[in-house]
Amino acid sequence: MAKVTIDGITIEVADGTTILQAARMIGPDVAPPTMCYYSKLKTSGGYCRTCLVEVSKGSEKDPRPMPKLVASCRTGVMDGMEVKNTSSEKVRDARAGVVEFLLLNHPLDCPVCDQAGECHLQDLSYEHGNYKTRTEFERRTFDKIDIGNKIQLHMTRCILCYRCVKTAEQITDGRVHGVINRGDHAEISTYVEQAIDNDFSGNVIDVCPVGALTDKTFRFKSRVWFTKPMYAHRNCDKCSGKVSLWYKGDDVLRVTGRKDQWGEVEEFICNTCRFDKKSTSDWVIEGPAPINRHSVISANKYAKLVKPKEFTLNDIKAITD
Amino acid sequence: MGRKLLLENDHIEGIHSYEVYRKNGGYKSVEKALKSMTPEAVVEEVKKSGLRGRGGAGFPTGMKWSFLAKPEGVPRYLVCNADESEPGTFKDRYLMERIPHLLVEGMITSSYALGANTGYIYVRGEYFYIIKILEQAISEAYTNGWLGKNILGTGYNLDLYVQCGAGAYICGEETALLESLEGKRGNPRIKPPFPAVKGLWECPTVVNNVETIAAVVPIVNDGGDAYAAIGIGKSTGTKLISASGHIKKPGVYEIELGVSVEEFIYADEYCGGILNDKKLKAVVAGGSSVPILPADLILKTASGEKRLMTYESLADGGFATGTMLGSGGFIVMDESTSIVKNLHTFARFYHHESCGQCSPCREGTGWMEKILHKILDGHGTLADVDLLWDIQRKIEGNTICPLGDAAAWPVASAIRHFKSEFEAYVTNRKSIPDVKYYFHCNNLDAAAAYSSL
Repeated sequence: MAKVTIDGITIEVADGTTILQAARMIGPDVAPPTMCYYSKLKTSGGYCRTCLVEVSKGSEKDPRPMPKLVASCRTGVMDGMEVKNTSSEKVRDARAGVVEFLLLNHPLDCPVCDQAGECHLQDLSYEHGNYKTRTEFERRTFDKIDIGNKIQLHMTRCILCYRCVKTAEQITDGRVHGVINRGDHAEISTYVEQAIDNDFSGNVIDVCPVGALTDKTFRFKSRVWFTKPMYAHRNCDKCSGKVSLWYKGDDVLRVTGRKDQWGEVEEFICNTCRFDKKSTSDWVIEGPAPINRHSVISANKYAKLVKPKEFTLNDIKAITD
Repeated sequence: MGRKLLLENDHIEGIHSYEVYRKNGGYKSVEKALKSMTPEAVVEEVKKSGLRGRGGAGFPTGMKWSFLAKPEGVPRYLVCNADESEPGTFKDRYLMERIPHLLVEGMITSSYALGANTGYIYVRGEYFYIIKILEQAISEAYTNGWLGKNILGTGYNLDLYVQCGAGAYICGEETALLESLEGKRGNPRIKPPFPAVKGLWECPTVVNNVETIAAVVPIVNDGGDAYAAIGIGKSTGTKLISASGHIKKPGVYEIELGVSVEEFIYADEYCGGILNDKKLKAVVAGGSSVPILPADLILKTASGEKRLMTYESLADGGFATGTMLGSGGFIVMDESTSIVKNLHTFARFYHHESCGQCSPCREGTGWMEKILHKILDGHGTLADVDLLWDIQRKIEGNTICPLGDAAAWPVASAIRHFKSEFEAYVTNRKSIPDVKYYFHCNNLDAAAAYSSL
């Protein structure tokens, strides 16, 4: 066991836990944001640099601080480690820089993007970014590519988090999906735009933090915040069959994996469940899905609204006096 | 004239062939190590010598070797980093071209010390002709019993392979090199684990620069103490310096560490002074990544001492007034050089070579290049210079591998030491006399510029 202190809160975790996992155990206020780390995918993380934290004390044995900011998703905890996340000016500054870098070539076409409302980059830039842009140069653009008849890849929006590459590598057969070119011209691609043809390929849509990989059966049918998610299951011989159905009125507009509070799917689902089973009669409904902290639908549909305290005349007096 | 250890026999006709090399004392270190020394003793000699990695970082080689994990039943590898891609550095090319057997000999002795039975030499794609030279040397070594099974009857086996890169700067970073060697995309790995624990094919691996491995030969031959006697303090032995730019005699020089920078630039046995006897303006002392220093700071440290060609002296003053020895790519610029244009060339290089894995480097390098381009075009503002400073600050230290730092340092140092030049470009570009020649990636332009001198 190792005792680690993050932003002044101490928690005891098992050896081999990463700083990020320890922070998530404490809670969402302390957990650094992630764009590329995905707990369900091995070797993910370390690329986007949004989860950088400052280690102000290395460990009980070696209390020296680490010289650079470290990626919390890939750094293990040590006993007695002290970590500063948002309490460090250095971290806040570096994170604002990373957000700026991520947005540099990102089109900011949120009004017409299908991911809007459940986009991690939107949340990240709202929470950690600068209020204005400093770039004036043209953004890189790519043509849209259909990989298979159900998935569309729009590289212009991609932030190269490598999550879909890891998904394709780890949960589907055969390596058909990867990165070509380098630098800011790097692009996610299937080999010579080949269609991905396997039962779990649809999961790349769920893991994509931005609107680069989208579900063609759902594209432009509705804004996310006009749909409501319900948990449902069915007997599926390929996957667990546990999904979220996204309803608009009585219609199931899309099917996705169930996402936890970090926006990660709990279990990967198969393409049949995702793309082909789109009527209520296919499913056993369990009830409304719990609220995801990243989801815009939580703002007005399901969350218990906490009214701000009203100002009384006495309060105003107290301030003016 | 300083003592030479690596390029001692460099002038001998036909030294690239096995017969001539052997006649001039070649492969003596292999005989000595395999027949009369234990692997631990060889590592001990290297530790005693104080040899530091010649690829750029200057990490003590003996210490790196002693970090190598040695689990039972798992093979270990020695990988030679011949992906010499740092702009301004061409010492390994010279060494491999002229004396390929020195590298092969060093590989055998080092592999023996590390207990590796397989060694790889990863050569950059642009050096395709060197691959032929090396393969020729390796096959000669095989025929004469220096490689293969049961070398010299000692029961030690070693196979050497040459692997060709595809011309990516990033593959000079050791973990990206290993990825590339495994046949994957050359992206740097996230450390830890370090290659000494999990390297090539997830086995313990040591990655060393060509010059480092070659330096093991004189260390084993003459002993670590003799090697440590050369040089000053923690900078021991000799170092190959690739001198280029506006000097009378560009080329590869082997220097004893501790020669003063002034002597190296102006002495006849080295660079021979500035071309056309112009004034020295700036020097990039260790390959394009290290901070550029103006003439007064490169000749003397901030505290007024003479600056020497050692790891410590060049780094004196930190990045505020110092630089690094790096890989020894010594680029000299005379008074006619435009620092902004030169910086743009460097920035374009790093933009082109960023692997695209982590966001600050992927996006930041391109952004810096675009801003510099804008300034060169005469559309820049003072705010752009500040923005450039802010971008480099946000890249440095926040990336997976040192490419981000390498892209940020030249920008930081150029703005730090030559801010007035940026301001002049921004406020009145026309007032700067157009420079006929400067470092330009386009070979045709460079050739035309030099012919007009």
